[in-house]
Amino acid sequence: MTDDVTTAAFEAWVRRFAGLIADERDHLTELDSAIGDADHGTNMDRGMKAAVAAMEELGPVGAGPLLTKVGMTLVSTVGGASGPLYGTLFLRMGTALGDVPEAAPEQVGVALRAGLEGVVARGKAQAEDKTMYDALAPAVDALEAGLQDGLGLEDALGRARAAAEAGRDATVPMLARKGRASYLGERSVGHQDPGATSVTLLVAAAAETLA
Amino acid sequence: MKKLINDPNDVVVEALLGIEAAHPDLQVDHANKIIHRGDAPKSGKVGLISGGGSGHEPLHGGFVGLGMLDAACAGEVFTSPVPDQMLAATKLVDGGAGVLHIVKNYTGDVMNFEMAAEMAAAETGAQVVSVVTDDDVAVQDSTWTAGRRGVGVTVLLEKIAGAAAEEGRDLGAVADIARKVNAQGRSMGVALTSCTVPAAGKPTFELGEDEMELGVGIHGEPGRQRLPLAPAKEIAEMLLEPILADLPFSSGDQVIAFVNGLGGTPLIELYVMYNEVDKILSKHGVSVARSLVGSYITSLEMAGSSVTLLKADDELLSLWDAPVRTPALRWGI
Repeated sequence: MTDDVTTAAFEAWVRRFAGLIADERDHLTELDSAIGDADHGTNMDRGMKAAVAAMEELGPVGAGPLLTKVGMTLVSTVGGASGPLYGTLFLRMGTALGDVPEAAPEQVGVALRAGLEGVVARGKAQAEDKTMYDALAPAVDALEAGLQDGLGLEDALGRARAAAEAGRDATVPMLARKGRASYLGERSVGHQDPGATSVTLLVAAAAETLA
Repeated sequence: MKKLINDPNDVVVEALLGIEAAHPDLQVDHANKIIHRGDAPKSGKVGLISGGGSGHEPLHGGFVGLGMLDAACAGEVFTSPVPDQMLAATKLVDGGAGVLHIVKNYTGDVMNFEMAAEMAAAETGAQVVSVVTDDDVAVQDSTWTAGRRGVGVTVLLEKIAGAAAEEGRDLGAVADIARKVNAQGRSMGVALTSCTVPAAGKPTFELGEDEMELGVGIHGEPGRQRLPLAPAKEIAEMLLEPILADLPFSSGDQVIAFVNGLGGTPLIELYVMYNEVDKILSKHGVSVARSLVGSYITSLEMAGSSVTLLKADDELLSLWDAPVRTPALRWGI
């Protein structure tokens, strides 16, 4: 029995993420109304629906090209800041995976790390800026640590999910230092970050589908 | 919501059709929502593109034409355009001398333009330089925030950099002039009413009949503070004092003074404001070399005004005076 992740599993990940975004669309927009411009759920839902449609038009390809296609579609359809950030996340994961039929668990870690680095390069966010970084970074750290500790992919992704959720919850008391929420200063305190919330759905979807 | 529209979802698309019909000098790529000069690309001339969310008209599409922008990308109302649009515009206006991207400092705009520049470099080898405007003194600048917003200075920059490109200066020189304009310009605005995004259908924020929001941007973002409505002379002081102190502007400086309407304020009130601005500048010994009064960078139907001062030298003034032929600014021709 192997933990290697097939392209079909990556496709299932994207679909599950799209499903969770659709379910949580109104909640994400509500979180964004409080400290942003009230469009995160709508924009992400439009983008992920387009990404799923684009995947369906794609012939048989490896995991890398699949995620690259998803990234390019998000860049073209989401707009605002989320488009470039989620687009870059998927593009970098796609590049890191390359055109392989199956990815070893370590490669999943490498891909997510590359995606995180892409998000940082694009958005210049650091820890505790109250952004998606605050949920994604601890999740990637937990996944890598779990795999190094000899856990299987399923358990390591379970830890990543718990770390993302804890990171998401920790954004509530933070003062926003990036994006439109930063104009609010002190008034951004007490609200959960919409980007940290949506990226936690991405990690949760990975835990459900990749292993 | 009371607006001269058909369907809230068609506002941007139908406005682009109207711009195309009204201005035969311009062309519109409807698929990519790009307004561009009919003669683009001009061989050997640096191409200038800008863009951003819609709802700020005439910015940016109304500034496309001779002596100003080569193309403008229109996003949804108050939402940054996507990189594909800027990539297509870059290709469209690149006459071999490179392309300048003029970007207002909002997180979404900056990132989408950045991706477009990377894609252009990868796909076509086009030389792209970006200049970001961030002139709004109402936002405290800090390395820990998204930084100051790009507002009124963007209009002056598009005119001045456009003239430099039209003169045949190279990409580095046009970008230098653009950076100089941003570095020497400061703005601040005040809102008397909110505005309604067509797709949202209701005002972005509530403002009482006797209240004003000082230090607003151009998307109904929160300002520095909410205050009781005051006479124009007091509002002018509230806007000008932070602007003058920030650069700082000092006695003996000459400036281009720009009193802008945010969309719902009549010109007669803008002239009342201009009179107050002029008096305050005289008091500080700052001389107005050129002025611009009107609604050029707006926030839909928001009532209110912003003031921009640009410290000017002979070079900037000569570029300001150079011929321009666009739907919204037109002189010297």
